[in-house]
Amino acid sequence: MTEAQRYTASEILAILSARQLQDGQVVFAGIGVPLLAATLAQRTRCPALTILFEGGVVGAFVEPGKLPPSTNDQRCTKRANMVLGSADVLLLLQRGYVDVGFMGGAQIDQFGNLNSSFIGDPAKPKTRLPGTGGGNDISSLTNMIVAMKHEKRRFVEQVDFITSPGFVRGGTSRRDSGLPSGGMWRVITELAVFGFDDRTRRIKVLALNPGVNREEVQDNTGFRLDFDEKLHVTSPPTDHELETLRMLDPDRLFTA
Amino acid sequence: MPDTLVEPYTRLREKMAQRNRSLREKVVSLEEAAGFVQDGMKVGIGGSTMSRTPMALLWELIRQHRKDLSISRCIVSTDGDLVFGSGIANHVVTSWFAQGILWGLSKVMRHHVENGGKRYEEWSHMAVGMRFRAGGMGVPFLPTRAMLGSDIVGQRPEAKQIDCPFTGEKLLLVPALNPDVALIHVQRCDPYGNAQIDGLQFMDIDLALAANSVILTTERIVSNDQIRRAPDQTKIPFFCVDAVVEVPYGSAPHECYGLYEPMMRHMEAYVAQVNADPVKGMQEYLDRYFYSPKSWNEYLSLIGMDEVLEATQKGRSIYND
Repeated sequence: MTEAQRYTASEILAILSARQLQDGQVVFAGIGVPLLAATLAQRTRCPALTILFEGGVVGAFVEPGKLPPSTNDQRCTKRANMVLGSADVLLLLQRGYVDVGFMGGAQIDQFGNLNSSFIGDPAKPKTRLPGTGGGNDISSLTNMIVAMKHEKRRFVEQVDFITSPGFVRGGTSRRDSGLPSGGMWRVITELAVFGFDDRTRRIKVLALNPGVNREEVQDNTGFRLDFDEKLHVTSPPTDHELETLRMLDPDRLFTA
Repeated sequence: MPDTLVEPYTRLREKMAQRNRSLREKVVSLEEAAGFVQDGMKVGIGGSTMSRTPMALLWELIRQHRKDLSISRCIVSTDGDLVFGSGIANHVVTSWFAQGILWGLSKVMRHHVENGGKRYEEWSHMAVGMRFRAGGMGVPFLPTRAMLGSDIVGQRPEAKQIDCPFTGEKLLLVPALNPDVALIHVQRCDPYGNAQIDGLQFMDIDLALAANSVILTTERIVSNDQIRRAPDQTKIPFFCVDAVVEVPYGSAPHECYGLYEPMMRHMEAYVAQVNADPVKGMQEYLDRYFYSPKSWNEYLSLIGMDEVLEATQKGRSIYND
């Protein structure tokens, strides 16, 4: 069996995302791959990971095979430490209790800004997207990991609309906008792992996924990419990671 | 419609002074409860997404052909589709609007917002919460550190950026939201409206305190003695509440914590039907499930015994070890 056939695109997305989390952290996870990846980290390397959901859940411990259809459903609370009101769990971000926010993305740009509101001119949109949910709050108030599909139309030089701010226009513009804390930290796709330059705040490729080359990443990106001088290739998913992931999502709700 | 964004404090207090806040029974029928909601009102909806949606009351308002409502809720799902698709609302204030994360974009929302002249007013999730909380606190705004730096703030002239008078930092002030009426579905309450909510409470406590009237639908009415045996479980006090309606499965096909999960086959069929044709598909859905049934029980029968029981089995399992 070749490497590429061992796992699907969304499986490697979940596994590489899970590897970004560290034991003992407090993570605020969105629905889909983020919830799954945070749970995978919790069941593999990070037993002391504390997972928060915007529905008001503190210290989630999601049951295998019973993934919730949103972060506002009762399944999110199973064996959690606490339930709070939604505003109160979001206020934990503002107070600074949360180490890392973790969400999906529809469209991202070179400074890590996310758009989930409008395609086209917001005054007369081609497509009205669902909107921010907790995304804006999370990305405004903590360090972010974003897990998303890698397509040219999703990786654009400048998003049509900043729903959830990354580094805004780069440099110090995020801080200058009134967001002194947090910012984009990692972007994970089925092709590569990205970070951001400390000074310019522009996105750069830190590591290629197994079997992926530079050209493939560049060709699927709508702007010129920088590659880190220590660029490396990520180690492939282990059998243990894949088995645990499939045990958590046997119906492939989030890893189709 | 209100003539100002933030209701003047004196008017809020006058409205409160006129409310009958005595310990009194206020159980009414679904039809009577819907009468508290008049055309053009600002209506706050409890629960979130597919959870504890006051669906029976929305169902009744749609049957009674209310119009020009302005809906606010932290996150809307198919309830947002239904208020736009039925024509009872032309404005939704929320942070997220689609049928559910499993189904992508809502074609119904897209149709009405992109072509139909209805407004989806987007705030961050926390900002919606701070707006209800300010409303519940009796202050005209609360400061937040969210939305700054984004383009959402440019879309929201209602929010004001200031330099903090203590620290000089940039902050965003979000205006209080005091709905004319809040619709909240709970697991149980007494005839006076003391409401006990199991599981996720979302923004319902702030919403109940903020609103100028509150209608509760409840899975079950219990005695005041029973409420008094566990007062720590009471999340909304009776004096916030103006009407109580007992409606078993009052959130169907959405979930009610500990009692039933979302009725997913019905949800999936709904999404397929309305996204295939957001006008005709919606009209057929409303005809079949909203306008034709003679009662809420008949609506539940149309969803089907199998579906309701399966959702119940899953809902109760949250309490299993």
